[in-house]
Amino acid sequence: MKVTLLPEGLRPALQQRVEEASGQNVLACYQCGKCSAGCPVAGVMDLLPNQVIRLVQLGLVEEALTSQTIWYCAACLTCAARCPKGVDLPRVMEALRELAMERSGDHLPPDRLPAEALAEWPQQAVIGGFRKYTW
Amino acid sequence: MQNMEALPYFPGCTLKQRAAGFDRSARDVFSALGSPLAELPGWNCCGATFPLTVENLLDLTGPARILVSARAEGTRLAVACAACYNVLRRTNHLLRTDAEKREKVCLFIESEYDGDLEVVHILELLHREIGCGHVRQALRRPLEGLRVAAYYGCLLLRPAAEVGFDDPESPVLLDELLAAAGAAPVSYPHRGECCGGYLAVRSEEAALEASKRVLMAISAAGAEVVVTSCPLCQYNLDRRQAAIARQEAGFRPVPVLYFTQLLGLALGADGAGYRLDEHHVDPRPLLKERGLVEG
Repeated sequence: MKVTLLPEGLRPALQQRVEEASGQNVLACYQCGKCSAGCPVAGVMDLLPNQVIRLVQLGLVEEALTSQTIWYCAACLTCAARCPKGVDLPRVMEALRELAMERSGDHLPPDRLPAEALAEWPQQAVIGGFRKYTW
Repeated sequence: MQNMEALPYFPGCTLKQRAAGFDRSARDVFSALGSPLAELPGWNCCGATFPLTVENLLDLTGPARILVSARAEGTRLAVACAACYNVLRRTNHLLRTDAEKREKVCLFIESEYDGDLEVVHILELLHREIGCGHVRQALRRPLEGLRVAAYYGCLLLRPAAEVGFDDPESPVLLDELLAAAGAAPVSYPHRGECCGGYLAVRSEEAALEASKRVLMAISAAGAEVVVTSCPLCQYNLDRRQAAIARQEAGFRPVPVLYFTQLLGLALGADGAGYRLDEHHVDPRPLLKERGLVEG
């Protein structure tokens, strides 16, 4: 029996899309967990940052897209600064957010923001939120 | 760097609204040191966050337009807000190093730009050019051992290769500047970690998780006041203290100021327009006790 392995078969389409959008090689990650160890909001995430990139490595992008973690990443770049393999994980998170919103629309529609909070938040928070949670 | 020409300065949208006290105090500091800031004419919003996906060129057009305007005014642009600094500096770096993207963005905004501009943060200007020695000489009300926690946050430090002007894991510039003003900066961990950023827009719980870690360390170090150079850090660290005080019996609230507010007062400014009454943890009792504002 002849078995042929083609790169297209080994690299699922969605994984390739995440890699292209983020400019990152997700297979470079060797799962040391340093990103999760230093993440300042790991405590409220449903999946740890290294688990999200593991799902993408395995081609289970659909599961990564349903994780709350991609919305909890504030792009503080602590993980990117410390990754021994040079993976810029916040770029992967942003690619996943874009993919999720391309399918489902705005994650947080602006008209759902409470008026009293809008009066209190710094403009920078509102604009930053729009950039990350709307499509 | 005394009595030089006014330096082109980008305030950004937050410094015109919620953080007007930061804008006013930054201008005070530079005027007191003989290098006044001149607001860039016709500026627009920088976008608040740097786009992280490769093909998102649209979000670069806003900051690129600012860089083009600034280049018409000179070869340097001073920025106070850490977020604006981060976005403008990263955009400038990208336009300088990626010819293909530069061409596309320039075509879109119908402008010529070659990246020949330096985006500088005011902390770097104060420390490296004006100098701690000059600050020390210009003091009118030295901070006299005030125990200050210098908080750097993310945006001045990362990514170090593009924005960093200080040690990314162990920054010192803000501490040294405050020490020059007579303060006694306290040593504490998490000074370069995230306050929660814009996460509060979606989840207060997440913002609290991040800012609490920083504030507990600051409180444990015995700081009397925290200073920052980012309106979002100021907001998160200031606003979350009521919730932390409810959760942690031993937590002692500590006022959060922009570093220019403290420095401006030390350099003799009267604090007019600093909007100290808008801070959640009232800094005025401490500032009065220290003789930095009129009682």
